[in-house]
Amino acid sequence: MGEPKKSIADLKIGEKGIVCCFNDEEMSLKLLEMGCLPGCMVELSNKAPLGDPICIKVSGYNLSLRLEEAATVMLR
Amino acid sequence: MSIEKTTRLKVALLGNPNAGKSSLFNHLTGLNQKIGNFPGVTVDKKVGTSKISDNLYAEIIDLPGTYSLYPKSLDEQIVLDLLHSKKDPASPDLLLVVIDASTFKRNMLLFTQIRDLGFPVILVLNMLDLAEQHGIKIDPLKLEKELNVPIVAINARTGAGIRELKAAIACPVHTPPESYYKPGPLASGIISEVKESFSLENDYQAILLAHQYDNMRGLPQKEKEELARLVKKWSFDSKGFQSKETIARYDVITRILKETVEEKSVDDKELTSTKIDRILTHKVFGYLIFFFILLVLFQSIFAWASFPMDLIDGGIAWINGALKQNLPSGPFTDLLTDGLIAGLGGVLIFIPQIAILFAFIAVLEESGYMSRVMFLMDKLMRPFGMSGRSVVPLISGVACAVPAIMSTRSIENWKERLITIFVTPLMSCSARIPVFTILIALVVPEVDLLGFINLQGIVLMGLYLIGFLSAILSGFVMNKILKNKQRSFFIMELPSYRIPRWKNVGLTIYEKVKTFVLEAGKVIVAISIVLWVLASYGPGDIETNAVTEIRREQPELVESTPDFDNAVAGKKLEMSYAGQFGHFIEPVIRPLGFDWKIGVALITSFAAREVFIGTMSTIYSVGDSGDDEATIKQRMKEEINPKTGGPMYTPALAFSLLIFYLFAMQCMSTLAIVRRETKGWTWPMLQLIYMTGLAYGLSFITYHLFS
Repeated sequence: MGEPKKSIADLKIGEKGIVCCFNDEEMSLKLLEMGCLPGCMVELSNKAPLGDPICIKVSGYNLSLRLEEAATVMLR
Repeated sequence: MSIEKTTRLKVALLGNPNAGKSSLFNHLTGLNQKIGNFPGVTVDKKVGTSKISDNLYAEIIDLPGTYSLYPKSLDEQIVLDLLHSKKDPASPDLLLVVIDASTFKRNMLLFTQIRDLGFPVILVLNMLDLAEQHGIKIDPLKLEKELNVPIVAINARTGAGIRELKAAIACPVHTPPESYYKPGPLASGIISEVKESFSLENDYQAILLAHQYDNMRGLPQKEKEELARLVKKWSFDSKGFQSKETIARYDVITRILKETVEEKSVDDKELTSTKIDRILTHKVFGYLIFFFILLVLFQSIFAWASFPMDLIDGGIAWINGALKQNLPSGPFTDLLTDGLIAGLGGVLIFIPQIAILFAFIAVLEESGYMSRVMFLMDKLMRPFGMSGRSVVPLISGVACAVPAIMSTRSIENWKERLITIFVTPLMSCSARIPVFTILIALVVPEVDLLGFINLQGIVLMGLYLIGFLSAILSGFVMNKILKNKQRSFFIMELPSYRIPRWKNVGLTIYEKVKTFVLEAGKVIVAISIVLWVLASYGPGDIETNAVTEIRREQPELVESTPDFDNAVAGKKLEMSYAGQFGHFIEPVIRPLGFDWKIGVALITSFAAREVFIGTMSTIYSVGDSGDDEATIKQRMKEEINPKTGGPMYTPALAFSLLIFYLFAMQCMSTLAIVRRETKGWTWPMLQLIYMTGLAYGLSFITYHLFS
């Protein structure tokens, strides 16, 4: 068993993390070209009023994505 | 000078969404722009002419914003379709890649891909000032040397650097590029075979073909089969390669960044956009503010627009009156005044409302708020089979379903897109406004509630609400019926807030109003003329027959008095082709409270709802011999129901008619657009049946509820 991993969906507002890998190939292609790359620092900056979607800061800009999609990006 | 032959250059503008492409386009082309369609598809294509130097003109084409050459939506597919082959005569001579310096790294991905295709490229560096606020300092000269392409720094907001950009366009310095991305040895087999089979010189073009042959328009079936064979032969794993390519490109970009860009951390200083977002996407305030903005939008459409609309209405009536007095009476004058000008009035009266609506939409779009609306609404829209991206088409549908349906091209998921297309025409478009305002003015008293809210305004807002609810509920039902094959996702940039560029807003308004007047105007004027002919002539000599009929039916009337003339004119209209047409369908619409005159209007407004007013004007002008200056509103108010002796337009009839116009699919342009966007007749026909059925049923209920 590997160590328990955290995804972007688990971040709290203001919390930061470093992208390690993706567990969904299709989503990873879309996220990669938006600059969400392994080794990148992400910060959860905001949530929509109903808690979903969320907004992260990555590569110097704001990116919104759904919780479901955020859960595919693992942090280290 | 003028003898000298001028040269024309084809220049395409590319870049990420929100990189400032459209502002640059507006700076380069000003009012010399037009919106058309790409051949075969209905995506807006903005093309303009720019004078580069005395004898060099450039045709500038503004392409949809995209993050990479791997399209996710139909909008982005256009970019690839245009660039995949240099042999295509439509392919541009020069590409301007606009880069937002404040998100330099992400923007560079698209640039390196485009550069690798081998086109002559100029890199346009925008928003350097914003980048500095973010702690990013770029050295354009160093970057130019590193990338080996011409770089021009501009400020698309102020227009600084445009002259330098034109100079760069005029004297191109293009060295053949060396690819930024070197595909590994695994791909070399398929690359060389594709290059050979399609006689390509460029590696990256070959790779893109192998990746995306299936979605490319204009690629013959035989070539697609050949590519499918090659992909299978070399077991080319498209997704794996794409992911490797993207990471490899970012590696190159990071290396270039290290040499040319100084990055300081500005983390301690919170950016203004984040602060604004705290409020605008707040749990409670977020929705409240959005609702308030919508309220202001509707209020302004009706409150601010009424004054210029009354002016236009009065102006048209005045012109008609003046023409009738000064021109010799006869069929030609009647055709001009009752047919042509009355119909034209029905178009021109919309201009203020359309202008205000598009001004609002443009400001929301420009300021960056529109993407927050999508962010706020995404979760709410999901149970209805739509996503946050469906909100913009739905809001634009309040102006006109045609551009709204075109804007669904940015929705990646086919099912979500289909549902959005299907329900958007239920949103109450501006073509319904004149019908609404006239009928409301006839039966709803103009009183203020609580001293400031207008009762007429409330009824109007209620109609919009009914339209919105029916759209949402229809989406809910469709979501249950349709199967989703494709995964839905919502990965979207939230751009920084900015003050809208008023020039862009102005150009949007100008463009939309122009398109509306020309497109809708053509249809309405044509129908008005046809209708006038149908309403003025009939089988046999209706002039003499009408006089005989009236003498027989109403012997108490004294001949040559206004009463007698009115009765004859009414009879004449009833005997005309249009009147017979109306009588023919009367049995069907009688349960809704409508008479044959409304029947004629219903049939003509199938082409477009706004024709209703023109039709009513024509019918009542033709059928009424006295008092030519009176506007249509006045004439409808005076209309007497022959059966009851009371006013024709009772609340029951007016509400029934309102509901009918709210739901019925009376818009050929919408049907045509839906057919093109869904590539078949199935969806537009379903839409027609569904909406007309809904209109008939609900009108029936309304009529019997109120009478």
